[in-house]
Amino acid sequence: MARQITASKPPAPAVRSRQMNGAQTLVESLRREGVEVLFGHPGGASLPIYDALYDAQDIHHILVRHEQVAAHAAVGYARASGRVGVCTATSGPGATNLITGLTDAMMDSVPVVAITGQVPRPVIGNDAFQEADVTGITMPITKYNTLVMRAVDIPNAVRAAFHLAGTGRPGPVLVDIPRDVSQELCEPDFDEEPALPGYRPVLDGNPSQIAEAAEALSAAERPIVYAGGGILSSGATPELTALADRTGIPVALTLMGKGAMDETHPRCLGMLGMHGSAFANWAINRADVILAVGVRFDDRVTGRLKDFAPHARFIHIDIDPAEIGKNKPAHIPIVGDAKRVLAALVPLVRAPKIEAWWKQIEEWREKYPFRYRQRDGRISHQYVCDLLNRLTGGQAIVATDVGQHQMWMAQWYKCREPRTFISSGGLGAMGFGFPAALGAKFARPDKQVLALVGDGGFQMTMQDLITAVEHRLSLPIFILNNGALGMVRQWQSFFYRGRFSSSILRNPDFAKLGDAYGARGIRVERPEEVEGALRTALATEGVPCVVDILCDPEENCLPMIPSGQSVAEMILDD
Amino acid sequence: MTDLQHAATISVLVQNAPGVLVRVAGLIRRRGVNIHSLSVGPTEDPSISRMTIVVDTAPERTEQFAKQLRKLVEVLRATSLDSTPAVDRELALIKVNVTPGTRLEIMEIANVFRASVVDLTDKTMTLEVTGRGEKVDAFVTLLTKYGIREMARTGQVTLVRGSQNT
Repeated sequence: MARQITASKPPAPAVRSRQMNGAQTLVESLRREGVEVLFGHPGGASLPIYDALYDAQDIHHILVRHEQVAAHAAVGYARASGRVGVCTATSGPGATNLITGLTDAMMDSVPVVAITGQVPRPVIGNDAFQEADVTGITMPITKYNTLVMRAVDIPNAVRAAFHLAGTGRPGPVLVDIPRDVSQELCEPDFDEEPALPGYRPVLDGNPSQIAEAAEALSAAERPIVYAGGGILSSGATPELTALADRTGIPVALTLMGKGAMDETHPRCLGMLGMHGSAFANWAINRADVILAVGVRFDDRVTGRLKDFAPHARFIHIDIDPAEIGKNKPAHIPIVGDAKRVLAALVPLVRAPKIEAWWKQIEEWREKYPFRYRQRDGRISHQYVCDLLNRLTGGQAIVATDVGQHQMWMAQWYKCREPRTFISSGGLGAMGFGFPAALGAKFARPDKQVLALVGDGGFQMTMQDLITAVEHRLSLPIFILNNGALGMVRQWQSFFYRGRFSSSILRNPDFAKLGDAYGARGIRVERPEEVEGALRTALATEGVPCVVDILCDPEENCLPMIPSGQSVAEMILDD
Repeated sequence: MTDLQHAATISVLVQNAPGVLVRVAGLIRRRGVNIHSLSVGPTEDPSISRMTIVVDTAPERTEQFAKQLRKLVEVLRATSLDSTPAVDRELALIKVNVTPGTRLEIMEIANVFRASVVDLTDKTMTLEVTGRGEKVDAFVTLLTKYGIREMARTGQVTLVRGSQNT
């Protein structure tokens, strides 16, 4: 990903000979990275930074009410735009509140830079007020982190942070700045290139491996593409689509890969995995050659590893060499950027003879499409998801929370273009959906953005409704309210003999809550009210709209391959 | 090293920067693998240190560890040495009980292992031995009956044989 310095920016002021403090140096560094928006919450150790931001008319700081929201919003911003998302927090509790969002960014390879205040240098390590070892804590959940000990080192640290976050396999980078470093005067050099001798992402695939992969695909009888988030990170949608168009090979997408290809494309089988379509799972498990691109053979896709696609030869393309062979041995490993490798691969593949294979897949698709039924007087969650797909034409940016509603939306929402499905995939962090939608809306104010959440997850971060109100965001928030932690309830129903331990929720009146925040609140209790409410919410401008939809509490999310099992054990119907 | 099920050696060149040791150790720890020994020291370039890590892990996972280590920004090179002919050495200091009756006996054993006496009192003798882990283990075993008061081992250091770099 290129460093984002937009041409429309005013030319950087001549600051080389001028002294400035560390915080001003930081703000100027962010400006030079093209940062327009950052999400954060101030505190003691970051006061100098906020003082410098006060003067920065061109950098829009969005004050959130909890730092967790700042991190999730930075992820939403990054995933909707492809740019680096930025969040900031003070030392100690501010920084620890970022942890969940940074871990999400790490698991889902999202480019985020977090700037945290730290206690002043002389008291570091003395258990000072609001001190936490933030670089220590975030070591395993960041791609890189650094404690900056001199103001003059800030430009280099920021450049390195944005470069590391946005290139190779993207990820979060944290820069921790002690308060007295923010206050220290320095003469910064903004042009110094960071030296990163240990960081050299491989972008171009090995040509002979690519040729071998092309041969394997050309000769395949039952080939399939298994494509994931790496397609979106590298912008490889045109290449992936060209591969499907040129060869007719079916494409299954991971949850993270939604949007990597137009899901209404006839060659696209939609999502595979634990709650993926039966036909996509049957197809990948019967395949003889699997082209895995930008995926990591996550257990939610593979189930029991030894039974996953037992007859297949695996071609695995990934920019991260450590992903290749991590869970499943690759017969043809290719390290490189998905876009470049696919661009080299596509012209070499001859269309394989797969009419019989397609006939089989179409039979499966016909036999078990996604389907739902509306029980008497109850609102089906899936009906709402299906309707949102139809009303938006799959053209809106959707951010989901985590749980049943997330899987239903992944099943029913047919993404038409990249970066339109934002969900906490690897970490599965409840509380993600609404803040991610908030961040996405700041990234793409021109676009319809919506949040689809459950009643459980929404309550983890709903305090930031006020942030959406404050900024007059046209942001509908649809709550699929089943009065339960639905996925927990479902597992208890299937695997714990219906002992619903702590999974049934008593909820506030979300519509009234929306009203109290100054948002629009709508409560939907009957199936016939749903469509009107969705239309109203989607058309509501200048204010977030909270739509509390009271859904069928007993609806289960199917199909389901139980955790650690294989496609043979897939549960198809209630 | 006799009690290890699988001893896999990984040699890592790192930038000599704060926190690198924690990053490397943390990366291994979080995969639930025990570090049997880890030695760190400068290389011919003072800005670069070499870590030699012996981990208790199945051979097929060693390459995955090396790959994960290479992802650390400060790691310049990480090599799994299991399939490469290499020179391994470890140094141990062993303080053993002596009596006038056992002193010569212990020195004889030390001679066989080319260990040297680096300190001597009327009750103890401190021996220095260098060699492969197995040799040090054998030496330690022989000294056990005299009563080992304390012992310090450096952990293994390794370089690939021949002109090829580690």
